[in-house]
Amino acid sequence: MDQVVPLLVAIPLAGGFLIPVIGRFTKSHRVTAILPIVMACGLLVIAILLLARPGETVVYWVGGWTFPIGISLVADGLSKLVVLIIAVVSLLALLFSLDYMTRYTSPGLYYGLFMLMVAGMVGVVISGDLFNIFVFLEIAGIASYALVAYGTEADELEASFKYLVLSAIASAFILLGIAFVYSVTGHLNLAKIAEVIRMGGGLTTPLYVAAAFFIMGFGLKAAMVPFHAWLPDAHPSAPAPISAMLSGVLIKACGVYVLCRLTFSVLGNHQAFGTILVVLGTLSMVLGALMAIGQGDLKRLLAYSSISQVGYVVLAVGAGLVGLGLAKDSEPLAAAARLAVFGGLFHLVNHAVFKSLLFLCSGSIEYATGSRRLDQLSGLGKRMPVTGWTLRVGALAISGVPPFGGFWSKVIIILALTHMAVLVHWAFYIPVALAVATAVVTLVYYAKVQRSILGGEPSDAAKGAREVPFAMCLASVLLAVLCLASALIVLPSVRARLVDPAVRVLSAGAGSTVEPATASEDSEARTPAAAQVAVKEGMTP
Amino acid sequence: MTLAMAPYMLAFLIFVVGLYAIVAKRNLIKVIVGLLILDYAANLLLVLVGYRTPAEGAPVAPILVGGAEKAADLAASAVDPLPQALVLTSIVIGLSVTALVVALAIRLHEKYGTFDTGLMRNLKG
Repeated sequence: MDQVVPLLVAIPLAGGFLIPVIGRFTKSHRVTAILPIVMACGLLVIAILLLARPGETVVYWVGGWTFPIGISLVADGLSKLVVLIIAVVSLLALLFSLDYMTRYTSPGLYYGLFMLMVAGMVGVVISGDLFNIFVFLEIAGIASYALVAYGTEADELEASFKYLVLSAIASAFILLGIAFVYSVTGHLNLAKIAEVIRMGGGLTTPLYVAAAFFIMGFGLKAAMVPFHAWLPDAHPSAPAPISAMLSGVLIKACGVYVLCRLTFSVLGNHQAFGTILVVLGTLSMVLGALMAIGQGDLKRLLAYSSISQVGYVVLAVGAGLVGLGLAKDSEPLAAAARLAVFGGLFHLVNHAVFKSLLFLCSGSIEYATGSRRLDQLSGLGKRMPVTGWTLRVGALAISGVPPFGGFWSKVIIILALTHMAVLVHWAFYIPVALAVATAVVTLVYYAKVQRSILGGEPSDAAKGAREVPFAMCLASVLLAVLCLASALIVLPSVRARLVDPAVRVLSAGAGSTVEPATASEDSEARTPAAAQVAVKEGMTP
Repeated sequence: MTLAMAPYMLAFLIFVVGLYAIVAKRNLIKVIVGLLILDYAANLLLVLVGYRTPAEGAPVAPILVGGAEKAADLAASAVDPLPQALVLTSIVIGLSVTALVVALAIRLHEKYGTFDTGLMRNLKG
């Protein structure tokens, strides 16, 4: 089973090189798109294969070299969940690209960069090594800078430049943090770092500095509020499927995921980092929503809304972190913390689905009308029934209207925060109130979007609009179905398969999770049974 | 603060210089140069982390004659090679980022006829 793990990176990476070569020989978009779609299907199959064995941590040592020399790829519950999200969203975004990208030239480069970005994201998620996370982060980053500038108009170039400069600053800070961690612990393997920190009796000043650098760097990649300036420019400027990938997956894989991994599993001082995450998350959630209200550009509005929704995720995860730090022997508090983490991860899944859907819908609308200004668009509901309905589904899901997944995740987050407020400190009522208020604000601005775009008489721009081609409709409809299906995660059986392993990985705390480090040093431990035992040992708090 | 800390502090100083260039300069090329300085400062710090000051004399790669115990001696006195490998990787990454950002700057110059960010719409901040 561990042999399939490197394929997760190798397949898209090979695509990144092969597809531009194919693009040299053919100008046809369809022909070029075959290989990436096949590859994305392959990724999806591997992700499902990995998920078919929940609770099992798969460790692969690159080149067969084990611990001190080798580089490990680790697929545990959290990694598997994020890999699944990446695979699903990239497959549907590729499907959407089939027709949408015909307006642009050189499909070979587009699909090549796309696969390179996927390779980087998957690499970040399954890498068990701090420096490799940095390398894959840069691979994903470079591909996404180029994709943001893909239209090569002035706006796109400026947005890409801004994104690149800010992101490069973040990378420099992350590299500094890595230098600090390496100088203190002498290791780069995440599990080993965690072990050294735990054995050494907690965090020292250089490690706190490193943690500050990491929170700043990855916070910038995740577009947390003080560091969010690049996102509202970069995400709208990219072609729609790329916006869907950036907002739906990239900020989570490169930002939120790594933040969770480092704070929960490696650094270990739960309370301090948890409080920082709660504050950052609350700020992003509220300010993102407030800034979204005034936007007249559909994609810009969606980008601000991404900041707000990722704020929910970080808030919930941070609350869980605080809870875990305090829950030494208090079982109700530990349960509340696990609930908060579950809510955060659940919302992460939901946000990936509905935000990709909304960005694809904005792409369809732009494709049909040539405009994405809210004041120029109206009456599209009758002209484009499929896009109209999928947009409605996406907007209802993100505003948290009952049957959809977004409702359940927000309810769980608010519930968990209330538990925390009762058990830990009354100050948690502040994020509770703000989370409820933000949900209402979100409902308001998405209601505005629906009314102005779908309702009323067709505007000038909308008069000539016709429904978009089949592949684009199919991608949107599939995502709309997923919006509804993601509500199933609240069912215990689905939850146990998808999200619970990830929650367990995070709530097991530092040192016990990233991989069974002590076990993986001898080769016998790589058999599934032994690995499972090691994981189970790690699970018991 | 001891004298031994001085190289690290200098690396930080270079880092801050890079940050200043990015934040304060209005010329795209100067911003790019700031980015490079930032990158090099981080690389320098990584190399410094693995560096080991020799007991006496200048650090010279010794000629190894003898068996395993010699190798152990070398390992005990040699510079940590891992950060150097990391820095090599980081330099390659920096190269590709720089190539891309310079390409972007050239395209921006084609559109606006200037490198001044103040004259571009979205880049004022």
